[in-house]
Amino acid sequence: MGEVEEQQQQYQIDLSNLFAFNPHHNFPSVPPSREELVKECLELGTKLVQAVADALFSLPSVEDRDGPLVKLPTPTIRLPREKPLPKPRPPTKWEVFAKKKGIQNHKKDKLVFDEQTGTWKRRHGYDRVKDDIDIPIIEAKMTDEPGVDPFAKRRSEKKQRVEKQERHRLQNLKEAAKVGALPSHVQLAATAIPITGTQAAPRKVSKEELQNVAGMAASATASGGKFDKKLPGEKPQKHEKKYRKFLPVVEGSGMGSLERQQTDKVLSKLMSKNSHEILNVEKAVNMYNVKREKKRRNQPGKSSSTSSKLKPKNPHNKTSKKGSSFKGKSKKGSSFKGKSK
Amino acid sequence: MLQIRTPKTGRAKREVEKRAPKIVETGKKTLILHGTKTSQVLNTVLTEIYHLKKDNAVKYTRRNDNIRPFESGGETSMEFYSLKTDCSLIVFGSHSKKRPDNLVIARTYDHHIYDLVEVGIENFKSMVSFSYDKKLAPQIGSKPFFAFIGEGFENVEELKHLKEVLLDLFRGEVVTNLNLAGLDRVYVCTAVSSNRVFFTHCGLRLKKSGSVVPRMELVEVGPSMDLVVRRHRLPEDGLKKEAMKIAPELTKKKEKNVSKDAIEGKIGKIYMPDQQVGSVPLPNKAKGVKRERREAKKKGDTKKHEVKKQKLEA
Repeated sequence: MGEVEEQQQQYQIDLSNLFAFNPHHNFPSVPPSREELVKECLELGTKLVQAVADALFSLPSVEDRDGPLVKLPTPTIRLPREKPLPKPRPPTKWEVFAKKKGIQNHKKDKLVFDEQTGTWKRRHGYDRVKDDIDIPIIEAKMTDEPGVDPFAKRRSEKKQRVEKQERHRLQNLKEAAKVGALPSHVQLAATAIPITGTQAAPRKVSKEELQNVAGMAASATASGGKFDKKLPGEKPQKHEKKYRKFLPVVEGSGMGSLERQQTDKVLSKLMSKNSHEILNVEKAVNMYNVKREKKRRNQPGKSSSTSSKLKPKNPHNKTSKKGSSFKGKSKKGSSFKGKSK
Repeated sequence: MLQIRTPKTGRAKREVEKRAPKIVETGKKTLILHGTKTSQVLNTVLTEIYHLKKDNAVKYTRRNDNIRPFESGGETSMEFYSLKTDCSLIVFGSHSKKRPDNLVIARTYDHHIYDLVEVGIENFKSMVSFSYDKKLAPQIGSKPFFAFIGEGFENVEELKHLKEVLLDLFRGEVVTNLNLAGLDRVYVCTAVSSNRVFFTHCGLRLKKSGSVVPRMELVEVGPSMDLVVRRHRLPEDGLKKEAMKIAPELTKKKEKNVSKDAIEGKIGKIYMPDQQVGSVPLPNKAKGVKRERREAKKKGDTKKHEVKKQKLEA
């Protein structure tokens, strides 16, 4: 720190911040009036500022059109940073390779001489040097296969090269992100859309689902979560106290028969579960007969007694919608095998 | 899944790069917030601080009921604003019966609260109440002088902290080249007692003196107030260490003849002095030399006696 001695008093001066500190002053008694306090403070302040200015003006200055420019030294008082230090970027795969091989990066010119037209053309962009559209003839080589279109091949090869480059670029960014040294304009964002595109996107869990799961977890204790301390903001678990619902004794007017609805519900559940085993015999027989008639009509010469096994046909659930058709529901299809006429 | 996002427009890219961390930092932005209740005095104070730092300050005018700086959960709102506006200094004013005219100055590191200082404001005099020559009015954005007076700033921990925070708050841009014609303001802080600081903002008048250095004259210009330190929170040790880090490139002295290679590692150059092979004495006594000496000794014994006798005679 630079110290300027003045009258046996040393000020701590930091030139880079234009900062002066007088640690030796002591107010023995608070001055009676405010103006006097202000005056004293200004006087002391003037001395300090003068000390800084002395040091400042004695630095070598460069004459600028606005005034003398002075190069300030590095600050002595260290203040904390506002953001963490940026990490150096790890070298990319190409950079490592180039260094190993000793490949120098040469600056390329914007204009390149084109032999085909004999003019100077730009390297990139409209009307460029080696554009694919300018190639009139591609000579066949011995290694070429007969059916391959060389123009299309060129295009597809270029596309592959571009894709490979993109993959490498992403890989380099991922490597940098691992270290924590992403370039400043790139952000890694967690999104639902995956980069690879083949894996299924993870489902976003909704608020209700989370609450349900939290409630289930909370009640998974020996006492059902009744005596646990609830966190602030935690809602009580949504669960009805009753586990069984009983029908009212007296039916209200304007409502359909609740009892009938209840039995219908039970029945439809049963039917849907066992639909593959339940057989509607009448329908099966009818269908069989109809088929036989058709066959007879198409092939009148053939004998009618073809002992085709009775195929158990599954009746659609539509037949058993109404509760009235109770016929043959409980009979299983296995007992009807082998019935033939 | 992680996706790489880049800004699509050049303008967005420039904004993002402005907010990126730099090796050498220049200028912190300030955010000025109001609390649940603010008094007239406090409103004026916040407005004047905003005017003093017009270039790099953001002032929010709405009340924020959920900001409680010294409580553990009450800082999230401040951190969120700091992230959105890219401000690392927060000035938060609130007024209550227990703490009238309260001002909390907070610093953030990586958009998390680094440290806090709470001061109360007394005897406030606004900028309008001062009358002075208009030519002395300091320009916005000029680099200020700082004058801190009083042993309290060194002995009392809270005042030491306040000194650092005030320096950080009013410092402005960190520059290497300074134009001496543009120096026109001073912040004077005096430690009147162990918890009271008299803070004032003055303009500078440079008067002609005999030498190159002009004579300084202070004229009170801006707001002046008494700051009564109430509470403060110092930064945690680990966080402080990380925040005070300097980039290793800046501190390292150049080692001569040493270079670093990405593949081979550290490479050093050794300069060998010219070896004169012919004139180097042989360290090992070769057998041939030994025999020669033996024979020479035998011959020389007889000669030596003769020599001695001659000397005595002469």
